Amino acid sequence: MRREDNISGTLDWPTIGLYFLLVLMGWLNIYAVVYDEGTHQFIFSLSLNSGRQLIFILASFILISGIVILDLRFYEAFAYVLYGIIIVLLFLVPIIGKEVGGNKAWLGVGSFGVQPSEFAKFITALAVAKYIGSVGFRMDSMRNQMMLFGLIGLPMALILLQKDTGTALVFTSFIFVFFREGMSPFLMIVGLCAAVLFILTLLIPNQLYLHGAILVILILLIAFGKKKVKRILLLTFGAIIIMGVIESVDYVITDVLKPHQQNRIKALINPDADPLGFGWNVTQSKIAIGSGGFAGKGFLRGTQTKFDFVPEQSTDFIFCTIGEEHGWIGSLLVIGLFVTLLLRIIYLAERQKNRFTRVYAYSVVSIFFFHFAINIGMTIGLFPVIGIPLPFFSYGGSSLWGFTILLFILLKLDAHRGQVLQRI
Amino acid sequence: MNEGRKEIFQVVIVLTGLVFLVKLFFIQVVSSHYAEMADSNAILRQVDYPFRGLIYDRNGKLIVYNSPEFKLEVLLKDVRNFDSAKFCSVFSMSRQELRKAFKDMKGRKEFSPYKPTVFLDQLSNADYARVQDYLDEFPGFYVQARTTRAYSTTALANTLGYVSEISKTQLEKDQQRIYRQGDYIGQSGIEAYYEQQLRGVRGVRFKLRNVKGIIKGSFKNGAYDTLSIPGEDLVTGIDLNLQLYGEKLMRGKSGSIVCIEPSSGEILALVSGPSYDPSLLTGKQYSSNFKLISSDTNKPLFNRPLMAQYRPGSIFKIAQAMTALQEGVITPDTRITCDRTIINCHGAHSYEDLRGAIANSCNPYFHNVLRRMLNKGEVNDPYKDTRIGLSEWDKHMASFGFGKPLGIDLPNEKGGQIPSPEMYDRAYNNRPWKFSNIYSIAIGEGENLVVPIQMANFAATIANKGYYITPHIVKVVGTSGKPLPAYLEKHYTTIDSSYFRIAADAMQLVVEAGTGQYRAKLRDIVVCGKTGTVENNPPLHDHSVFIAFAPRVNPRIAVSVYVEDAGQGARAAASIASLMIEKYLLGKTQRQWIEDYVLIGDFGDKDN
Repeated sequence: MRREDNISGTLDWPTIGLYFLLVLMGWLNIYAVVYDEGTHQFIFSLSLNSGRQLIFILASFILISGIVILDLRFYEAFAYVLYGIIIVLLFLVPIIGKEVGGNKAWLGVGSFGVQPSEFAKFITALAVAKYIGSVGFRMDSMRNQMMLFGLIGLPMALILLQKDTGTALVFTSFIFVFFREGMSPFLMIVGLCAAVLFILTLLIPNQLYLHGAILVILILLIAFGKKKVKRILLLTFGAIIIMGVIESVDYVITDVLKPHQQNRIKALINPDADPLGFGWNVTQSKIAIGSGGFAGKGFLRGTQTKFDFVPEQSTDFIFCTIGEEHGWIGSLLVIGLFVTLLLRIIYLAERQKNRFTRVYAYSVVSIFFFHFAINIGMTIGLFPVIGIPLPFFSYGGSSLWGFTILLFILLKLDAHRGQVLQRI
Repeated sequence: MNEGRKEIFQVVIVLTGLVFLVKLFFIQVVSSHYAEMADSNAILRQVDYPFRGLIYDRNGKLIVYNSPEFKLEVLLKDVRNFDSAKFCSVFSMSRQELRKAFKDMKGRKEFSPYKPTVFLDQLSNADYARVQDYLDEFPGFYVQARTTRAYSTTALANTLGYVSEISKTQLEKDQQRIYRQGDYIGQSGIEAYYEQQLRGVRGVRFKLRNVKGIIKGSFKNGAYDTLSIPGEDLVTGIDLNLQLYGEKLMRGKSGSIVCIEPSSGEILALVSGPSYDPSLLTGKQYSSNFKLISSDTNKPLFNRPLMAQYRPGSIFKIAQAMTALQEGVITPDTRITCDRTIINCHGAHSYEDLRGAIANSCNPYFHNVLRRMLNKGEVNDPYKDTRIGLSEWDKHMASFGFGKPLGIDLPNEKGGQIPSPEMYDRAYNNRPWKFSNIYSIAIGEGENLVVPIQMANFAATIANKGYYITPHIVKVVGTSGKPLPAYLEKHYTTIDSSYFRIAADAMQLVVEAGTGQYRAKLRDIVVCGKTGTVENNPPLHDHSVFIAFAPRVNPRIAVSVYVEDAGQGARAAASIASLMIEKYLLGKTQRQWIEDYVLIGDFGDKDN
């Protein structure tokens, strides 16, 4: 058994190094967004986002200390309790919360507010890890699977009630974790196929072509496969379902999705259709990033960045600043750092002997990856605009603290990996 | 269990990173499209319109200058919270007009929401003063200052021409891409001919601005800014007093007055009647007035001195006489009987020499002269003989500047017509023709056509005793101190200089004792002139024509006057020509009765 005060020696310093690098770069970029040549405001000025972000960063150091000092057993022992508390909070938000930017996702006193949904991520990760790590859990048990989907579905549904679709979608990233822990890939494949079909339906204006293609594939499969009645029936049934999905996409787009969500998808398909309306964010974001060129315009020299052409640039569109001021080289560095961090966490996950920690680690990877992929993907026009932050870069206390806690609980668990009894 | 799933995670993560980097490489490094878009986003390009060159008369009087005008431009992507009701009330326009303005703007080919586009044109000073306080309530709308033409005189409209926005077809023809939609361009007159000199060079200022369109300073401290360069000023040879006087005399008449300084070819006055006030075709009222003026049945936009083609009439006899002398078929002393059987004549005379025949405008004399020229008996076949004679005759006529445009510095000049053998072949469908078919050209009728400026130039050629300098409006371009090089060259005729003295003698006789003695003679100035009465299509009356130069020694002015439908040349045209000479040489007119006669405009029995 190691002594508690020797903990710093066993924390994974490469990960901590990456964390500090990303947070520092994020802070500088937030300053670049708000920088105004005329006013000469200092980066520490509290009237600027950069000054406030520094406060958030300093506060997250206190959180880190707390996480490291807290007893290891707390996280596993209190996982369900924390889960219960956050569910209650999420439930209360629509009732007593305040509305910011169209989303009623904030709980606060006076000018100070937090978004419970940001903290729901790590708490759900703990609960999922505890459930999968518990004795007698079997991934192939239908009941256990239902429980798991319930665990992630409940916070997701409550966040959807806050109209914060982006954050709610983050919870789907737990499916990656389930997959890693043995769930059949069927669900992921079906999900992927549905997404591809969805996009294809939008891209190809005449759905008859799609139907025709499916029929051709069906006939080929029947003609060149085993001619068993059951198989033919199954294939035909599958084809009918697919065609049904295609038909329903149009219905979903026009009748189920809200207008602003429809527009985000339309903007993805054809951002030039209305560059001043729903295409504005993506168009301006691509202009800002694209104008950076190979080496960028230089720190604080971005014209698009400085003059507010991209909306929400400090938060969801912070990557534009990197692309514009630091060019392709800067983008390479940031993407490289994120990929390194993700691979490092997988490495940490795989060296755990404890299933609870490993599941938790994969949750961390999945959540970070989801944010990383969706956020950068949307700024360069590869994904629809989904309002989720880029970890450590986007301005905002709740999101920074949420990601910090998420990562450092893992580091704390990892530091004690030798201490815990193996349960598998 | 779950072997290989870790690797799937790793592969997916690395692949995602790679896809991002490839996509970023395309939009950042490969494509320049986004960089350009960024520039148009953040950098506002403000055009600094140059001052168009000024236009002066020969005595330094300013004729055309610039007056400020404002246009409203819109950068559509910057327009926020547009309150159309308020806009309509501020700019005093109806909802339909506003909708039309938007539609027109979006219909233009070069329209882009990322570029400032002209929205309302030609706001006057007063309009601007009224709306400027409200402009900040309409983000995305900017006022651009530029200038429009203004005139110090009501005269000279067709010579000056007008300036208007460049048309679609002109814009397409502009290969060097000098002009933009909404730019002004000279459309006629010297505004069009000297467009290149007058327009100047536009300047550009680049301003940085934020998403709300608020200017945040100049781009790179103005390193890419250029100042506009004003256009070159033009000094015309026009004597504004003379011009105004000429327009006064022509009021209510159709026709033209051309006055040229023979020694330089500078045009002193160029009157086209009827005319219009050039100020009507500027600023906001341009399009409505243009419609009015261009549909006027009197055709005020038809620049008669250059574009009206008339048969020359009797004044052509002088050209015939000199050609015959040069060809050696007559001498100044050759007398010919006034035999009125083939061709009619007027006045009491029977057997004149050359000077007498010109002074009395004897038709049979010149019929005979032309026959001598065309049928010299070089070959026996009268058809071929006429052909040879006509070709030689053509050469001489062309050397006077007849039959083709002179090349004056104004657009749309017509060339008239001098019949050639080929032309008669076509007219007679290649059937044979000879002198008896074509003799009416002897007295300036038939197939001859001349333009008033050619007749004034002809008078100047006689005054110069054998050469002319192509008539031109502009005597000084910019700071060069000189006109365009083409207007310094002397064009010599094929006629010997000594024969011009005989022509001048005859013309002096016309004024002192012949058809011009009653109205063209001046007390102190020796005027050389020739009347002409040009047949017109009945029931219209003949055109009254007169050419002259004065004084006889060191001539300072050559004139041609055409008054349509006014009868004999000795009346309206001779009066006007002599008044112009008097006005120019003396600065005033002394014969009130002649002036009143012209101004009243009743020229007696027009049919005789």
